[in-house]
Amino acid sequence: MIEPIIKPRRKNPLLRTRLPTSPPRARSRASHGFTRAAAEGRFMLQRCDACGTFCYPARDACPTCLSADLSFADAPRRGMLLSETTLHIPADVHFRERAPWRVGLVAMECGPTLVTHLHADCEEGRPVVMSFQLDKSGQAVAFAHPERETPNMADDRQWREMTADPKFRRVLVTNGRSIVGQEAVAALKAAGASIVFVGVAEPWKPFRGEDALRAIEGVQIVPLDIGDEKSVADLAADIGGKVDILVNTTEHVRAGGLLDRQGTSVVRDEIDQSYLGFVHLAQAFGPAMRMRGSDGVNSAAAWVNILSVYALANWPMFGAYSASQAACLSLSHCLRAELRPGGVKVVNVFTGPLDIEWFQTVPPPKVAPRAVASAIVSALKRGLEDVFVGDVAEDIRQRLAANPKAVERELGA
Amino acid sequence: MDSNGLMQFAGAVASGAVRVVDLTFTLSPDFPVIVLPPEFGQAAPVRIQQISRYDASGPAWYWNNLTFGEHTGTHFDAPIHWFTGKDLPNNAVDTLPVRDMIAPACVIDCSAQAAKDADFLLTIPVIEAWEKSNGRIPERHWVLLRTDWSKKGWRDYANLKDDGAHTPGPDAAVMRWLVEERGVIGFGTETIGTDAGQAGHLDPPYPAHHFLHGGGRYGLQCLCNLDQLPPTGAVIVAAPLKIQNGSGSPLRVLALVPGQG
Repeated sequence: MIEPIIKPRRKNPLLRTRLPTSPPRARSRASHGFTRAAAEGRFMLQRCDACGTFCYPARDACPTCLSADLSFADAPRRGMLLSETTLHIPADVHFRERAPWRVGLVAMECGPTLVTHLHADCEEGRPVVMSFQLDKSGQAVAFAHPERETPNMADDRQWREMTADPKFRRVLVTNGRSIVGQEAVAALKAAGASIVFVGVAEPWKPFRGEDALRAIEGVQIVPLDIGDEKSVADLAADIGGKVDILVNTTEHVRAGGLLDRQGTSVVRDEIDQSYLGFVHLAQAFGPAMRMRGSDGVNSAAAWVNILSVYALANWPMFGAYSASQAACLSLSHCLRAELRPGGVKVVNVFTGPLDIEWFQTVPPPKVAPRAVASAIVSALKRGLEDVFVGDVAEDIRQRLAANPKAVERELGA
Repeated sequence: MDSNGLMQFAGAVASGAVRVVDLTFTLSPDFPVIVLPPEFGQAAPVRIQQISRYDASGPAWYWNNLTFGEHTGTHFDAPIHWFTGKDLPNNAVDTLPVRDMIAPACVIDCSAQAAKDADFLLTIPVIEAWEKSNGRIPERHWVLLRTDWSKKGWRDYANLKDDGAHTPGPDAAVMRWLVEERGVIGFGTETIGTDAGQAGHLDPPYPAHHFLHGGGRYGLQCLCNLDQLPPTGAVIVAAPLKIQNGSGSPLRVLALVPGQG
């Protein structure tokens, strides 16, 4: 039975802020099959292509038939908790700070036995449901959940280490002018964020939804023009130390590629708003977030980017925009590596065309802004890193995995 | 004027006998700029990026890189800015005659009307009434429209509604008349443009741009401190940056006015 977490008190300014420490991060190359599974919220194990045996941990040969053909495959999640161990004085600095810490052995219904972190409601001899999670080192670990929903389940201390749950956290949504931004604010408030700061550029320009945004309790509108280095730095000077989750809802979509555009001013705007805006935000807010990765219940936890799935494969109809998104995708991997020492996740939410004005002439299916907002909250609560929202994004992902060249030709047809 | 006269003038500036009034807003990223429908190209906003500030990027010096559109902040419009002035000689900021950069001004105070009506339009009768008290507007003078708009907060200053901006400016007849009948050197306002916010619905659209630039005259906008100028007798110094074939530029606009001394 989990006690609900309580809203953290204001910090005692006489105490030093605890620096983040990392759990062990060494992994074999084969083990990154689990990293991929954890990033996407899938449960995958190695399975022998020859005899069908599921095995764990990651290996280079099948323990049953010695075949070298082991592939990661989605696996049944159910198992039984064989035994649990509570570590009271771990040797590792990271876990020592978090002791007591429970781990256990789970016998999977599909065969192998896993060493796993345990949700507090898992009991010995009872069924559990497994997932792979990214821990504070950014690497995959197994996590056992009770078979059924239990009270205050998401407040479990060990589970919260694996996630970036918005509950009692302070969030910055960078663009409150966009519908996606406004939906994200509402969804994050509903998920228990204690305050949502909402950036509004050029406050002298009125915008749709402004009154409703101002009316939400716990929402604070702040001046933020992410294309302007100083505006971003000024805001970080005010609130940089209390942004636990940053959701970059920048939206600058323009149709067109290269040859039918005159001049470069539109391209430049795309780069300024998307890529340079990202750089400004990262330089201004990143260092404090990395430093606050272990700062209690409302530690800095996650950075969310909303990216077009065409960051992965150029869509010439929106070709220059696709390229700006590809630049942001590349930068997100850099940010991910640089925030990792703080245990702060970088979540990329990939979408197909959104149901917004700038994709007006694009036929459906289009992604509703509310669906993007729900995906953001869900990814934070589950601790995911790569999320594909909607049919188009999922379709592109699968086609890319099958044949990237075909995707290039088909998008450019 | 002999050199004595010029030295006398310099002395008067130094002593305060000639007062220098700054008519310029600070060039900053958050000052409103003209808004066009998004499908048009947009004026790049003012951006100030620090290169170094006595730090690792430059231990002993502070400097910035700047980007901005030609029509940002307090700025000057050259004839080449509008299609009506595109074929005139010397119509860009780098070629316009430098003597035009110093000229006297007539200041028409319409602050009371603008306070009552954001869409106030300056008309010929308003100026004729002004001329009754102040005399006929001489040739090659600036006409500056005082509305006290520069004293507003930025949201009210831009005053954007769902049918566009609502800010005061001139009507079409008065612009044609100022150019053709009064031979003004230019027209200046406190608002974001020389034209009224709703001037796209006048005939011709944007008459200040249409007639001023078609007649080879200039525009000044985003001016402030016009309330410190006398109706006549001030001299305006407005020298735009010498941008190659530039259509306009942010600039420092100074007014020289008779002081107390």
